[in-house]
Amino acid sequence: MSPSLAVEAHGLVKHFAGRKTVTKAVDGIDLAITEGTVFGLLGPNGAGKTTVVHMLATLLRPDAGTARVLGHDVVRDADAVRSAVGLTGQYASVDEDLTGTENLLMLARLYGFRPAAARRRVHGLLEAFDLADAGARQVKTYSGGMRRRIDLAASLVLAPRVLFLDEPTTGLDPRSRNQVWDIVRVLVDDGTTVLLTTQYLDEADQLADRIAVIDHGRSIAEGTASELKRSVGEGAVHLRVAEVADRAKAAEITERLLGADVVLGSDPHALSARVPDEGADAVVGLLPALADAGIVVPEFSLGQPSLDEVFLALTGQPLPDDEPGSDGSSAAPGRRETSEAPR
Amino acid sequence: MTTTLRDAVALTERPPRPSPVSTTLTFGRRALLKIKHVPEQLFDVLVSPIIFTLMFTYLFGGALAGSTQAYIQFLLPGILVQTILFVTIYTGYTLNTDISKGVFDRFRSLPIWRPSPVVGALLGDTVRYTVAAVITIGLGLILGFRRAGGVLGVLLGVLLLLVFAFALSWTFIILGLLVRSPNAVMGISMIVLMPLTFASNVFVDPATMPSGLRAFVDVNPVSHLVTAVRGLMAGRPDAAEIVWVLVASVVLTAVLGPVAMRIYRRKT
Repeated sequence: MSPSLAVEAHGLVKHFAGRKTVTKAVDGIDLAITEGTVFGLLGPNGAGKTTVVHMLATLLRPDAGTARVLGHDVVRDADAVRSAVGLTGQYASVDEDLTGTENLLMLARLYGFRPAAARRRVHGLLEAFDLADAGARQVKTYSGGMRRRIDLAASLVLAPRVLFLDEPTTGLDPRSRNQVWDIVRVLVDDGTTVLLTTQYLDEADQLADRIAVIDHGRSIAEGTASELKRSVGEGAVHLRVAEVADRAKAAEITERLLGADVVLGSDPHALSARVPDEGADAVVGLLPALADAGIVVPEFSLGQPSLDEVFLALTGQPLPDDEPGSDGSSAAPGRRETSEAPR
Repeated sequence: MTTTLRDAVALTERPPRPSPVSTTLTFGRRALLKIKHVPEQLFDVLVSPIIFTLMFTYLFGGALAGSTQAYIQFLLPGILVQTILFVTIYTGYTLNTDISKGVFDRFRSLPIWRPSPVVGALLGDTVRYTVAAVITIGLGLILGFRRAGGVLGVLLGVLLLLVFAFALSWTFIILGLLVRSPNAVMGISMIVLMPLTFASNVFVDPATMPSGLRAFVDVNPVSHLVTAVRGLMAGRPDAAEIVWVLVASVVLTAVLGPVAMRIYRRKT
């Protein structure tokens, strides 16, 4: 039980019995989340992300395995866990019929604030979340972004040391998504530990210090974003030459310098090459070498494989493009478009 | 935004854990706020007793009791019981709505006395019961309802009815926890309550009923409740029936309360 771990789980299992079948929603998950960091659970719909969060937030009892949040067992010491964590669900878990202020005041009172202190706390939170003007309105009149903000504010009434964010930006427009990201960054800066579930690679890449990729209730890979990318293989260099006639020569130089096979794109100007681990340093010399040969290169880019490719490599199938049943597929935060997958 | 956010979230002193009474009252207050914001929810409570009272009094009053005046004396306590029992369905309905909207997940993730959301909701229901009782009795008075029990008798009758209603609420809380949608709660509850209230002594004296039906009416808890409430309002309290109702209420609560809380804790 290392004291620096905010969340620690071993072999978490949760099965849901259906009419004919048993769904293994979570099938043996281990987690170790260091205090003050953001941990991303990345996976498609139905991977078991929400079930993991619900077990850690004491809403669900694990069928097997153990979990501790800040050293408190989630089953035996559930109340201590509840005092230390905040949860923002996939759905806005505030009362739509009440106003924003009433919702937060109710929670503040439930956390034990006296009436005057509760009002001060709520006022400050509404201000900070840009909801002061909307405080007197029923939450059902709020926009998607406002709803998510009031929901986040609701999770922060007691300044939790561990915050669970279950798909915090699903269905939000890019501006609202950026607001949520900014909030998360400030919280983490101030020492909050965040467990984030997401199906957006961008989001995990942007926010999370470590990422676990989960699929069918199992963790299939874990590491930092760059570790995950590296585990799939090399990065790739993409370039376009100004003159079509120069492409063959450029390909020859690239191949010699990097010691890797060059792929000629269907665009007669384009070529790309995978960068082997040991050839990473050589990439730096590629552009001057091309210039020395008199080849004009208007476009040059060097990138690690995207998390899309990571997921493809790990599961053998791409992330599903649409999320059935999601209310916001049209406003999905920008999944990185990989027009030219290097495989 | 960054600094205000920091200041707003920072917490110098953590408040002490609130008492069960405090959290329960907070949930009761929430129920009142919901009535304030969504007054339409009282529509059923207001309209159905008026329709039933007027319809039965004027359609059947003369035929059943000789005059509408005589019938309203018999009918009103029964209608009151029927009205309040139907209002208990809302307990399960609102609970189920909270669950399906995700609000309950937040409540269950709070460090509070676990039953307080449910008990607080029951407190809030008192308002609905009171409104329904006032409307029904008020209409009865206009239509000529006068009983020897006087104000005290009527109040005691309502009180006994509320005791039973709270005990019965646990049935609907269990239903609200188990059933998939708020409308399903409504539908199933109606199917249970319709025969219980109609196959009783709410509308007519069971003396003329066929023996099979009469046997059911005699054991029907609603009949016992109606007889007890009638007695209190008429100034002739029937001790045996009152005790029957109180015992039934205690048994319902003792058995269903823990079952409901158990399901509530295990709710996935």
